[in-house]
Amino acid sequence: MAAVDFTKQMKREYTILSPDIFPTHMELLQSVFAIYGYKTEVLHYEGQQVIDRGLKYLHNDMCYPAICALGQQIYALTCGDYDPHKCALIQFQTGGGCRASNYIMLLRKALHNMGMDYVPVISLSFSGLEKYSGFKLTPLMMTALRAIIYGDMLLLLKNQTLPRETNQGDTRAVVDKWVSELTEQFRHKKGLSGRSMKRNLRRMAEDFHNIPKTDKKLTRVGIVGEIYVKYSSFGNNGLEEFLLSQDCEYMVPGVLGFLQYCFANTEIDHGYYGGSMLGVLGGRLAGYVADKWEEDMLEALADYPEFATPVSFDKVRELAARIIDPGVKMGEGWLLPGETAELIEKGYTNVICAQPFGCLPNHIVGKGTIRRLRELYPEANIFPVDYDAGASKVNQENRIKLMLAIAREQEQEQEQEAQYEAVGC
Amino acid sequence: MKRLGVDVGSTTLKCAVVDEAGVLRFARYMRHYSKIDQRLGELLRQVVEQFPGESMEVSLSGSAGMGLAEEADLPFVQEVYAERVAVGRLAPGTDVVIELGGEDAKILFLTGGFEMRMNGTCAGGTGAFIDQMAALMEISIEDMDGLAARHEKLYTIASRCGVFAKSDIQPLLNQGARKEDVCASIFYAVVNQTIAGLAQGREIKGNILYLGGPLTYIPELRKSFDHVLQTEGLCPENALYYVAMGAAFAGTGQAQPLDELIQRLQHRSRAGRYTACPPLFESQEEYDAFTARHRAASEGIQRIDAPSGPMYLGIDAGSTTVKALLCDGEGNILRPFYTPNNGNPVPIIRDYLTKLYQDFPDIEIRASAVTGYGEDIIRNAFGIDRGLVETVAHYTAAKKFLPAVDFILDIGGQDIKCFQIRNGAIDSIYLNEACSSGCGSFLQTFAGALGYSPAEFARLGLFAKKPVDLGSRCTVFMNSSVKQAQKDGATVEDIAAGLSISVVKNALYKVIRCANAESLGEHIVVQGGTFLNDAVLRAFERETGRQVVRPGYAALMGAYGAALYALAHEEQPHKAVLTAGELERFTHSVKAVTCSGCGNHCNLTINDFGSGRRFIAGNRCDRPVTGKREQATHYDLYDYKLSLLEKYQGGAREPGKPTIGIPLGLNFYELLPFWRTFWETLGFNVVVSPLSTRELYLRGQYTIPSDTACYPAKLMHGHMEALLDEKPDAIFYPDMSYNAEEGLGVNHFNCPVVAYYPQVLRLNVPRLGETTFIDDFVSIADRKQFTKRMGEIVQKYFPAVPKGQIKPAAQRAYEAYDQYFRDLRQKGQEYLDIAKARNLPVIVLAGRPYHIDPEINHGIHTLICRLGAVVLTEDSVSHLVQSFPVNVRNQWTYHARLYAAAKYVAEAPPEANINLVQLVSFGCGVDAVTTDEVRAILERNGKIYTQIKIDEISNMGAVNIRLRSLFSAIEDRGRRQTT
Repeated sequence: MAAVDFTKQMKREYTILSPDIFPTHMELLQSVFAIYGYKTEVLHYEGQQVIDRGLKYLHNDMCYPAICALGQQIYALTCGDYDPHKCALIQFQTGGGCRASNYIMLLRKALHNMGMDYVPVISLSFSGLEKYSGFKLTPLMMTALRAIIYGDMLLLLKNQTLPRETNQGDTRAVVDKWVSELTEQFRHKKGLSGRSMKRNLRRMAEDFHNIPKTDKKLTRVGIVGEIYVKYSSFGNNGLEEFLLSQDCEYMVPGVLGFLQYCFANTEIDHGYYGGSMLGVLGGRLAGYVADKWEEDMLEALADYPEFATPVSFDKVRELAARIIDPGVKMGEGWLLPGETAELIEKGYTNVICAQPFGCLPNHIVGKGTIRRLRELYPEANIFPVDYDAGASKVNQENRIKLMLAIAREQEQEQEQEAQYEAVGC
Repeated sequence: MKRLGVDVGSTTLKCAVVDEAGVLRFARYMRHYSKIDQRLGELLRQVVEQFPGESMEVSLSGSAGMGLAEEADLPFVQEVYAERVAVGRLAPGTDVVIELGGEDAKILFLTGGFEMRMNGTCAGGTGAFIDQMAALMEISIEDMDGLAARHEKLYTIASRCGVFAKSDIQPLLNQGARKEDVCASIFYAVVNQTIAGLAQGREIKGNILYLGGPLTYIPELRKSFDHVLQTEGLCPENALYYVAMGAAFAGTGQAQPLDELIQRLQHRSRAGRYTACPPLFESQEEYDAFTARHRAASEGIQRIDAPSGPMYLGIDAGSTTVKALLCDGEGNILRPFYTPNNGNPVPIIRDYLTKLYQDFPDIEIRASAVTGYGEDIIRNAFGIDRGLVETVAHYTAAKKFLPAVDFILDIGGQDIKCFQIRNGAIDSIYLNEACSSGCGSFLQTFAGALGYSPAEFARLGLFAKKPVDLGSRCTVFMNSSVKQAQKDGATVEDIAAGLSISVVKNALYKVIRCANAESLGEHIVVQGGTFLNDAVLRAFERETGRQVVRPGYAALMGAYGAALYALAHEEQPHKAVLTAGELERFTHSVKAVTCSGCGNHCNLTINDFGSGRRFIAGNRCDRPVTGKREQATHYDLYDYKLSLLEKYQGGAREPGKPTIGIPLGLNFYELLPFWRTFWETLGFNVVVSPLSTRELYLRGQYTIPSDTACYPAKLMHGHMEALLDEKPDAIFYPDMSYNAEEGLGVNHFNCPVVAYYPQVLRLNVPRLGETTFIDDFVSIADRKQFTKRMGEIVQKYFPAVPKGQIKPAAQRAYEAYDQYFRDLRQKGQEYLDIAKARNLPVIVLAGRPYHIDPEINHGIHTLICRLGAVVLTEDSVSHLVQSFPVNVRNQWTYHARLYAAAKYVAEAPPEANINLVQLVSFGCGVDAVTTDEVRAILERNGKIYTQIKIDEISNMGAVNIRLRSLFSAIEDRGRRQTT
């Protein structure tokens, strides 16, 4: 099964189907692709039939994100909604030591078993693991990075506004407005320069600030974990929706952090294993750009202290180093405990670590680090939750309820203490 | 005002009424058999009777209470939290609570940093598991308790999940192990499961409180916990009602008139939505046509009432049932017989034969054969001519019904077997791994749980309007899905149909892993007791889109195949089976002993049948049977590899030198020569942890943070304990993202677990604080870079070591590493030459370096040798292959060797008679990628792929079937090539 090239002709005629990995980012990425003349569509299929289709064509012990994300693409080609002869598939690929680097190949195998060898599969990576005649990574990826900044900003503001909005639907409307506005800007090749990004980010913050909000007391929950189940509501059985229904405010660290982590690893690796400086320079450069944008985002938020802001990536790195060696770079690697620590320090002491059942890196960086995190932060209330085709939503929610029961007890105790202090006991 | 707490558990309902002073005034307990609404109504009416007209604050709790609370608009108190509240009030001073429920296990650490742990998605049933085991042995829970009290010895039963343990227990019962010992072993398995799954690095000590049904009702279970934890826990009064009471204490609801609440519960809004499959049958006519078609398939074979000429006996002593029959020279069937084995097939067969001789004193039984789990014991007990592996038996029988058969699927009580027939030989065998055994006993369990017989349950589903789409998953998970479906309004009919469909999906997509029905074959025979269920049969035809043949004696095909096999292999002189007279003198007694023949100390069960006939089970070698040592002439590269490491193990410590401890596990199985040489050259003493054992594992169990990691990784915790006992100055176990570059793939990673397990140990083994733990990052791929990096590391910990010594030490280390591979490859070549010269079959037992650990491979290599083959390793042939394209990302060094070994085997000439068996550790995520690819490489060249999954499990029943089937297929092929 040799890789099918994505040709220039395909670029004109084909629709590139992408799984629904990040909630808001994907729509924006779609618009970025359009700038370069690629027609893409983000698939939103959910439900048991998608999982079944995934299980049918992938190894059942393969990680859950593969079953979901590849399952959506397999489903799209078999449910009759798309002409397989006019479609290509796309997946992210990091080339790291986790089995996710194999998604592209597994997808090709699945297509072979479906009798659809002719469907091209595109690997989306910063390191350019594969080459295609009709698909160029270089300018696209840097623009995509910009879309990710926008996506992160919307995610951050949405998560903090939605649980407090006075009028139901306000937040969603602002998110939608921005997605269509950015799409429109992208279409005219706007919104991508440093200056216009700053302007857009500031206006976003302002828009969310203007949404009328209540000051109801909410339990703060942080979400960390494997990158797919952490973000995808299909993957995590509507985790965010559930938390909303339980009077929680949640924070999920942005996608940019994962990219910064990938960039930073090139340099760490060089220290441990030597090798050429070229990759290190590339990583440094990309990291520098990403840091710059991160700064822009923080700056835009500075005028609105009501919003909890992400700390800088450097700080996450520093926190992570207190927990685990920075050489741990497979899957979410050292980023995961770093983000957990960051959330706890920021007051999101209740942390859900969302992970696929049997996820290899998570044995190390997820469950493996919890003991250390508890040592460092005795007040932390960290709960790993496993997601899998065989896991039931009821059990997952029950587990989270346990976390919330403890959280509320702690809140009460803190309040009491505060009261005692107030009366001078 | 009084408060009512209701604990809606997975299998039971419990309610507690407490008064204003917090005193328990009323408590009730009942099983709900999944009819939660109905039973809850009954329970509440009992409360009303007791306290007529009173209003109470009502709170719900329990794993099944959450949805109910939402729908009935009642406050919900999470059950673990409720329990903590109750313990705080009723048993202050408690340090740790251990609670087992119907399907869950929990540990609450109350002091010294409060933590609550409950079981996640794996490690499912505990109470339900004990129930299942009791049902398996057809005894009550009280009986189990009583029996366990009289145990003499313990067997090792896998403690990961109930299904695993079950596949350990069944063969023990079949081999005649004493029920006393099995019962006690089950309790210890539950204890280990709870500790392994939940303790996660915290030691359980202090005042311990036991709560929940199983711990309340089973004193022996408590004793087992006491024994393992070396403590004496307390099971308080009302231990069953802690959750219910806690819910009552913690409740914040408003007073409710109970009558009204009962009304409301009955009329609450139902979610009523679930994913449904199309009905199995639309009408009675459709069903009739279906049954008629299947009846017609078996018309050629007659059922006879009396012997017609010489008869041939076939027995299938399966995991949960015993099947027997006789056939005449034409294959007509006499006396078909099918019954549950109740854990011991011997008396059943004795009765069957006795009755046979009574009714037909003149019967001439000319030959006999037996298959199934109980093959050995039955063969020895009754002097049966031949034993044959199940797969061969099933193929022999299926051929009789459909000569052109090219695919057979057999779903029995506990196992799913399927295989393709290619060129008249068995090929591509698929067996369910111990994890997903959703088969006959699975349906039976659910039927029982819902209060039906299996036959009734099967009929229920036929005309269900909206069968529930339950997907395919293992029994433990299915419980919660079924509950969810019930909550969503599915009827018992819909569930029965849904479960039947799920069995089929499980077989197709989990066991066979078929991508499309066409790939199965054109002439399909389905058999096994489970296919007597028309709902399952229909679901199978639906799912595959094929019309298949179900023989009229679907449940008896193993026995029928054995009888036909006996007919085909009739021997002179006829012996066949015990005569009527011999049968009268037949006795059977069982004794359990521990073999002292070697260091393995196998648990043996010795069956004595009188007249000097004995059968010994549980042995890993032939020594207790033959009284002799293993045959000297075996060619086993696994043994050789271990022997290569021997000289790097022991050794005395020289005084005055610092000592480095090295664990013998994971990648260090390969790197031991390298690292030992490195440190010794630098002037250090080196101590190496011993070969893994079960005991070693148990010692480290309490520090394992992720129970679903692979067994080889989890063993590392034990190795740390062992090394720490040696009091070394430092333990050296570096993180290694990368392995050696062998030029076979696009990268040379280690898998995440091998790469970073040292980090897990650092973060989770508190005792490592006793020494210096060196877990820095280093790679051996680039020799120059290694010297530089290692210099930094040595400098960091041992500044006194002169810098100039690093380079020669590294050089010596690489020499040792290279020498190890030279020796290994040379020996591999030697064995290949021997195999060629003597025309012996060769098996490349392909795994990872750590698979030579005897505690990990459970002696599978020895078993293969005993079957007459030469055993090679993947790394003894992988260098013989040039880098080649594969259809996966070939980025891990160990796995690149697998693909290369597969290619070597695939391209070997037929006369070389080389095959590959892949060892896969349970939980190895990377093997989800490699297994399919290795299979594809082999099958492209017409080779048979065989996979063996291994875990803590030590029973070899399923492994045996696989291997014997493989050897039988190899033999068949060999025969056809020569003719």
